[in-house]
Amino acid sequence: MLRILPTFLLVVALIAAWQGLHLVIGAGALTSPWMTVSHLVSMMATGDLWSNVGATAKAFVYAMGLALIGGIVLGVLLGVNRLAGAVAEPILLNLYAIPKVTLYPLVLLCFGLGLSSKVAFGVMHGLIPILLFTMNAIRQMRPVYLRTAGTLRLTPIQSLVHVLLPAILPEVVAGVRLGFALTLLGVLIGEMFASQRGLGYMAVNAMGLGDIPTIMAVALLITIIAVTCNSLMLMLDKKLQHR
Amino acid sequence: MNIESVLRALLVAGFIGLIELLCRTHVIPQSVLIAPSQMLTHLVSVVSAGVYGKDILFSFTNIAVAALLAIVSGFLVGLAVHSMPRLRAALEPLLASYYAVPTFIFYPVFIVVFGVGHGSIIAIAVLLAVVAMITATLTGLDRIPGVLRKSAAVMRMSRLQTAWRIELPAALPYLFGGVKLAVAYAFIGVIASEFILSGSGIGYAIAFAYNNFESDNMYALMLLVLISVTLINAALNYFDRRLQARRQR
Repeated sequence: MLRILPTFLLVVALIAAWQGLHLVIGAGALTSPWMTVSHLVSMMATGDLWSNVGATAKAFVYAMGLALIGGIVLGVLLGVNRLAGAVAEPILLNLYAIPKVTLYPLVLLCFGLGLSSKVAFGVMHGLIPILLFTMNAIRQMRPVYLRTAGTLRLTPIQSLVHVLLPAILPEVVAGVRLGFALTLLGVLIGEMFASQRGLGYMAVNAMGLGDIPTIMAVALLITIIAVTCNSLMLMLDKKLQHR
Repeated sequence: MNIESVLRALLVAGFIGLIELLCRTHVIPQSVLIAPSQMLTHLVSVVSAGVYGKDILFSFTNIAVAALLAIVSGFLVGLAVHSMPRLRAALEPLLASYYAVPTFIFYPVFIVVFGVGHGSIIAIAVLLAVVAMITATLTGLDRIPGVLRKSAAVMRMSRLQTAWRIELPAALPYLFGGVKLAVAYAFIGVIASEFILSGSGIGYAIAFAYNNFESDNMYALMLLVLISVTLINAALNYFDRRLQARRQR
């Protein structure tokens, strides 16, 4: 309890700074913390917010699932095959650094408006970090593990399930934490451009209307969800590292 | 040239060649994707005619200013936080969760504060890039071997000399990792903000071309972004490798 006290005080200070900023630039530009929370609560009473949350959650679950499976499978393949990994790594790092919004017209042309292009956007953002973490985990795995698997005459599937995956789990969790954040970002950006539903659409719609309380309420909601999920994964991460 | 670079070049060339072939044979319709060679020739003609000169200048000014601001302020904040361990302990959980929050959601607020233009775009890009630099500075200062500081004390160096001649060079590879990330994030922040709402810039020009079905202009500009990101990355990686090599010597 004593450990989180300084962080708690810092969060309180940040909220106080928010209030101060609100007083300086006025309610037209930035709503106060209290106004934002009460606006969020009143929005929660309507069904409109929940249907948008549902749309975002659905797209996110699909995107995260695809990014997770694709990232781990490709990461294992590229990690096991050293040459393929060495060839692919700089290309992947470069793809990772590209502002992927640039490609959104292409995604729209391929997938059309709606769920599939939101999911594609999320996967584009989240797959590469999971892939890179998995690949590096396999490369840095102690070779004695694989030799043991060979000595025990495990089949490739057995050594994958009983040796490889447990050995790389901590790094994969770290990669998934990053991938989670980026997939969420990707889905929200996808909704901003390519959708008529979801939290990203709500924010961009409110932006068009100049509706600052709604923007702030949506931003607050997303921040709370993202920070909560991230903290849970950090805890899992720490637990696995100490094993 | 080692075998990996040859294979990599072949892979990229083969991929581009495949797209070229699919476009030329109209397997991929002209309305979806134009051939890479057409993109390039159109890009050259557009740039040499100076059509998008203003937008390109706008975006790159924003990226340069945002990256510079993020690097300098991130470094200074990192230094300050590193000297205050209690503040750092409080800040660390927040830093770890920072990139989980989609920063772009705050762009509308900046638009209201700074108006549409340089200010709001640079603000969002700095917000996105600065934390990577802070984290890299903290890591870099942590990883300075204790023995280096001891030798500085043995040689009776002043505090300033120690910082300039010992600590900065020792932390430099980590700091440069932060610089690389900050530049990448500044790029992403600027182009994405221009997409969402702006009156000029490369991102705006791509969105404009898309909405008006000018697919040749759109793909030329997309290619421009891809090429510039790749070149900047390659340059930064080159310096990074030199720094890493120096550390291992």
